[in-house]
Amino acid sequence: MARLHEYQGKALLSEKKINIPQGGPASSPNEAKKIAEEIDGPVVIKGQAWLTGRAALGAIRFAETPPEASEATAAILGTKIKGISIDTVLVEEKLDIEREFYAGIIIDDVSKAPMVIFSRVGGSGIEEIAQEHPEALARAVIDIRTGLLDYQARDLVRQVGIHGKLQLGLGTLLTRLYSVARQYDARSAEINPIALTSDGKLFAADCRIAVDDNAVYRHPELGIEIAREFDRPPTPLEKVAWQVEKNDYRGTFYFIQLEEDFKKGDGVIGFHGAGGGGSMMSMDAILNRGYKLANFVDTSGNPPASKVYRAAQIILAQEGIDGYFASGSGVASQEQFHSARGLVKAFMEVPLTVPAVIRLGGNAEERAIAILERAQGKIPSPVEGYGKDDTPEFCAERLDSLIKAGMAPMGEAIGLKYPQAKEPYAFETVSGGTVTLDHSACKECVSKICIETCVPGILVLENDLPVLKISDEEAKKGGCIECLACQIECYFEGNQGGYVDLPLPELQKG
Amino acid sequence: MSILIDQTKRVLVQGITGREGRARARLMKEYGTQVVAGVTPGKGNQEVDGVPVFDTIREAWENVGEIDISVLFIPAPIVKSAALEAIDAGIKLLVIVPDRVPIYDVLEIAEAAQEAGAQFVGPNTLGVLSPGKAVLGMIGGRAASARAWFITGPVGITSRSGGITSSMAYYLAQEGIGATTLVHVGGDVVVGLPHPEVIKLFENDPETKAVVMFGEIGGGQEEQVADLVEAGEVTKPIIAFIGGKAAKSGTRFSHAGAIIEGGRGTYEGKVNRLREVGVTIVEAFGELPQATKAVLREHGIMK
Repeated sequence: MARLHEYQGKALLSEKKINIPQGGPASSPNEAKKIAEEIDGPVVIKGQAWLTGRAALGAIRFAETPPEASEATAAILGTKIKGISIDTVLVEEKLDIEREFYAGIIIDDVSKAPMVIFSRVGGSGIEEIAQEHPEALARAVIDIRTGLLDYQARDLVRQVGIHGKLQLGLGTLLTRLYSVARQYDARSAEINPIALTSDGKLFAADCRIAVDDNAVYRHPELGIEIAREFDRPPTPLEKVAWQVEKNDYRGTFYFIQLEEDFKKGDGVIGFHGAGGGGSMMSMDAILNRGYKLANFVDTSGNPPASKVYRAAQIILAQEGIDGYFASGSGVASQEQFHSARGLVKAFMEVPLTVPAVIRLGGNAEERAIAILERAQGKIPSPVEGYGKDDTPEFCAERLDSLIKAGMAPMGEAIGLKYPQAKEPYAFETVSGGTVTLDHSACKECVSKICIETCVPGILVLENDLPVLKISDEEAKKGGCIECLACQIECYFEGNQGGYVDLPLPELQKG
Repeated sequence: MSILIDQTKRVLVQGITGREGRARARLMKEYGTQVVAGVTPGKGNQEVDGVPVFDTIREAWENVGEIDISVLFIPAPIVKSAALEAIDAGIKLLVIVPDRVPIYDVLEIAEAAQEAGAQFVGPNTLGVLSPGKAVLGMIGGRAASARAWFITGPVGITSRSGGITSSMAYYLAQEGIGATTLVHVGGDVVVGLPHPEVIKLFENDPETKAVVMFGEIGGGQEEQVADLVEAGEVTKPIIAFIGGKAAKSGTRFSHAGAIIEGGRGTYEGKVNRLREVGVTIVEAFGELPQATKAVLREHGIMK
């Protein structure tokens, strides 16, 4: 769930005519002062962070005058609360609050519908109120076709004993909140508190809106950088990973960093899972041996070798890791040699300088394991490949042994670099890569292994040299699936003339 | 018998001309599924591996006759439209393979399906497989693998993880325990046929004698299963593993989830609730086959 900041959420509420306090976001004391001058009265300054309980953490302050607003802003900006640096505050008129309520919209998995919740008591501690005073809350399932109708909303408010004009006002507010949730594909949208001021108006005093990750693409206007749930701003590597995922719809690549400040010897492992359930078990197997995980990665849903390669590069960019553990469900439907080729390419090029245990059980696992084993001599550190009959526990134990054996990298820790092709035959690929076949090497190649191992079978021999049998354009549109056979198979079984360049410019920059 | 799919069901593939659709239609056929037609808008009037392709589902139906099931291999943004087309055409079971389908789209599909008396598996599902009979989606991958990995027998398998669906069936088969049907309910929060619905189908299937379930933290599916057992609606023995024990509980952003869920959704909450009603809980995944064997013996299902 991509979270919106309070000021972003309030802007959406305001669009649907829900009252919000006068004010706006500021990223400097001076800006805050100007907003306070416009408000011309006491203000509240709220550090923008995806956290509940901000007041207790010192991120919410009050100011009577514009200079005080400037000071308070200076005190909040740049501070870190629970690991989040605050770079924006929301400066708002201080409301004269008489009473508080709570309203929330959420997706209910049991009824497979949106649900609205209203509480006649709002503010902090709403979860406890729900537990202790269930009679203060009312909830209703919303019909996805009709939305929340006015009378339904009013009746919900009535159920907790609110009548008259206030019932009308709150009912209207609820229908507007639902229309914000629906329009922006919110997984959850809540106003807490809804403030009733002494002059009888209802305001959204604070709000939390989280947009469905899968629908972020529909809302470019929200400027969501990464459609993932984070309880902190994304790290540079997470941003790189998101670019890979965003630009390549084939399979899933999920990357989240769990540890950031660590060095070799701290017992932190680069983790590469495949499939949620199997990944969880595999992570447990590592954690049970006293290690920590640098990251969580999932490449599943039949991703191409190129995506696995980029994922592995990003994992290896975490320099302090002591080992590399890849393990998924164990009996994968996808053909595992794709992943093996992606891993081998990354391990040779980056290169891998810590032990790796790779559990690639599933379709074509024998071939996947053979690809890993064949590459061992060209990878500085030990790599062991396992299949479906080897448990995550056993594989974690193997990694533990390899790390404890403390072997220095066996080979030279220099990544494989391909020389400039003398007679390049090149075409582009769907994810922005380039396949180059050096025909000067192909000429001398006996096996012509690229032809038979190319998974989509798009290469053909012409004058004894491999060329595309489809047009360059078709190859670029996805005819070439980036299976990496023409590099990896060629490297080991051919004459090392094939190279697939798969740039990750953001990573190189970092 | 089996649930949801067997070799007699007539299956349509939506998105049959795409990368996944093409490959999977062939693999489904190889395993024994009757793939009678494919649909890709704008690409009708051709064949994919001998399967006729049409522009719309109605056109397919008019040409090949009744269609029981549609399997969707299409990009997430157009899943809703494709699913509504299938429901509107009268298809009663949809298997929605793609992930990343917007959640409000899923809610709309759910509403339309309920109204039409249709059901759907997924989204974000690996599919459904009845060993030795037929497969929907991509469980098992290659037909030869699926034949080698999965055997027929008395257990119904339902899982919230795709990979684990195959793993469970494989590791059980290694111990000689076969299955009637394997169902990956889908990895999303809202799915068409969650565990309780699948288990009700297994309850009504005479050949299924016990159910093996892979649950996960979050949501209320496992608790609903416990409710069914408690209410006597499910009487067959259930053996369950709940994943996510070690998962860190994240900082909660909104209160609404916590209010709705109360104590639901946690590892302890699920395990305790299931144990309370007599479900066999396995703490280590590796012990699942032995625990299943013990339960089957205890009930005289297996020697």
